[in-house]
Amino acid sequence: MVWWIALLWALLKLMIVFLFIFLTALILIYMLRKVMGHMQYRMGPRHHGPHGIWQTVFDALKLLGKEDIIPDGIDKYVYIWAPIIAFIPSLTVFTFLPFAPKLVAANFEISLFFVLALLGLSTISLLMAGWSSNNKYSLIGGIRGAAQLISYEIPLVLSTIGVVIMAGSLNLTEIVNAQTRIWYAIPQIIGFFIFFTCGLAEINHTPFDMPEAESEIVSGFNTEYSGFRFAAFFLAEFVNLFIICALAVLLFLGGWKPFTNPVAAVICFLIKTYILIFVAMWIRSTFPRFRLDQFMNFGWKFMLPLSLANIFITGLVVLTVDKIR
Amino acid sequence: MKNKIKNEIQDIDEISEINEPGEYPRDYMEINFGPHHPSTHGVFRFIAKLDGEKIIKIEPIIGYLHRGIEKIGENRTYVQFKPLVDRLDYTGAMNNEFGYCLAVEKLMNIEAPLKAQAIRVICAELNRICAHEVFFGAMGLEAGAFTPFLFGFKDREMAIHLMEMLAGGRLTFNYFTIGGVRQDVPAGFFKEAKDYLKQFKKNLAEYHELFSGNEIFMKRTKGIGVISREDAIEWSMSGPTLRASGARFDIRKIEPYSGYDKYDWEVPAGNNGDVYDRYLVRMNEMAQSARIIEQALESLPDGDYQTKVPRIIKPPAGELYLRVEGTKGEVGFYIVSDGTDKPYRIKIRTPSFNHLNALNHVLRNSYIADFPLILGSFDTVMGSVDR
Repeated sequence: MVWWIALLWALLKLMIVFLFIFLTALILIYMLRKVMGHMQYRMGPRHHGPHGIWQTVFDALKLLGKEDIIPDGIDKYVYIWAPIIAFIPSLTVFTFLPFAPKLVAANFEISLFFVLALLGLSTISLLMAGWSSNNKYSLIGGIRGAAQLISYEIPLVLSTIGVVIMAGSLNLTEIVNAQTRIWYAIPQIIGFFIFFTCGLAEINHTPFDMPEAESEIVSGFNTEYSGFRFAAFFLAEFVNLFIICALAVLLFLGGWKPFTNPVAAVICFLIKTYILIFVAMWIRSTFPRFRLDQFMNFGWKFMLPLSLANIFITGLVVLTVDKIR
Repeated sequence: MKNKIKNEIQDIDEISEINEPGEYPRDYMEINFGPHHPSTHGVFRFIAKLDGEKIIKIEPIIGYLHRGIEKIGENRTYVQFKPLVDRLDYTGAMNNEFGYCLAVEKLMNIEAPLKAQAIRVICAELNRICAHEVFFGAMGLEAGAFTPFLFGFKDREMAIHLMEMLAGGRLTFNYFTIGGVRQDVPAGFFKEAKDYLKQFKKNLAEYHELFSGNEIFMKRTKGIGVISREDAIEWSMSGPTLRASGARFDIRKIEPYSGYDKYDWEVPAGNNGDVYDRYLVRMNEMAQSARIIEQALESLPDGDYQTKVPRIIKPPAGELYLRVEGTKGEVGFYIVSDGTDKPYRIKIRTPSFNHLNALNHVLRNSYIADFPLILGSFDTVMGSVDR
């Protein structure tokens, strides 16, 4: 292939991913407001289009049109780069997520490993934002994000190993294909539970939203951000929610199975993902927040041993089954 | 006991002696909360000294809502001062009016008719439900859950609607008059009130299901902000905050006024004096308030809703202190009358002020994440702290 065709092709893929991300984020924000609204005896957005569907679009436009405020006394380069770094991993992860048997922007052997590694990166942006903002609330929020990282990241990664052992591959497409007979959520129920819980912690979702605990530290790491920089954080948060739920679907809920037709597969995959997202939003509107030390206890003393036990049992069973065969 | 508190104060002072401005040990971070922090309940401000996430010392700063209500009282007639009383603890306005009107009535040696007394009890208890409903919502917000806030406020709206039927106002009512209440119970009030109570009981069960039994909430609040019974008495706490520490002290029970002794109800109390107990005491108090309202509605006597009082209210010279059980604790009015139509001096005792006093004692060595919960569990209203 000529180099410029390859370049154009890559750019086109990127554009599609970009478009998809923005659409997803807008839909998710709208969905969150509606779901939470109806769970709380209210309507959610009602103006601007039928049932307020244009509300988030206008909100996004408003955020983009706002003045770019850069406060005094900040670490300027870190401050400016933090929202971008928050956004890049989310964007990159999308290129490795398969939506249907062959519908994946970049398919390579260890995509699961790569996705998990990229997801861990988003914490750096919290730390950068917290450190550079010249605000004590932000600092506490950023440090909380970093401190939290160790306690969920390890169980999160370990919980996927059970799936990897069963599927015998680190490629997300292969993992889905291995789930033809049974969804891994059934044999790997512990893994699924740990993955989803730690995944919520990974994206600072509600029971674990200590870095932006509004009742304690105002808005946490993004206190000083406004306009499109804040929008980048906001967008990344929702895209990450989608990614975690999509990953959970791919790893444990059979991805696009039982369909193989590309269109049906994509729809099936999205429906499963949105059901999981609904569950996350449900959690968001019911649960109070953990305290940091309690969450660390939970991570280290409960999740980590559980995930190790899960790997041990899975390995044992897989080995025995292989021997019997 | 006194010595213990004294020692503690000395300890705090020692810390502050080491930490003169400019020479803080590097481990401490000083951080300002308020007056417009999302969870300081209005305009409370404090400067906290932090060791990591632990609070070492706080320095409360109050006065952002000072309106000089007590001083204004000296230049107003007794009737003119009454609307200002509403603005003390604005979540429990009826209870403030209750105390003030009772005090002036006692000074003048008159008594409201039985019907007015019953209506007053209904109003006060409805308002108590409202105030605790706000507490419930705020507690949810402080723990990081948004839903209880809206649940609580939706329910409060219905109680407010009932009081609106009586008084016409929604937050500051100015409904009680010296010698009774301003107007009679309107037609249709009984039915709506009964419907409301039925619905309220259902909702209360729902709150407990949603929030009280939540594992995370219990983890967050149990054993946090513990105040022992002795400490609570030493800090002259009152109301639900005191009762959660195990002292069954309720002015409605020990010094019954306005016919509270006629109704059959209990004083809920806790044992541990932690945030969770204070929460539960308030939740149970709402159920008891509903019980009182039910009985008062059923046994509402016929007759006048106002007694005859002189056009110009001139209590004879003298002084008295009268206290009622407000929504947050003991609301007391110390009125000195010199025989004119204006009070010589009015001193108002509000519970929130005393509760805030203890904040330094309670918040020490707790995490920042606990401070909204502990502050919220006192249910302070800055309007009544600053006056």
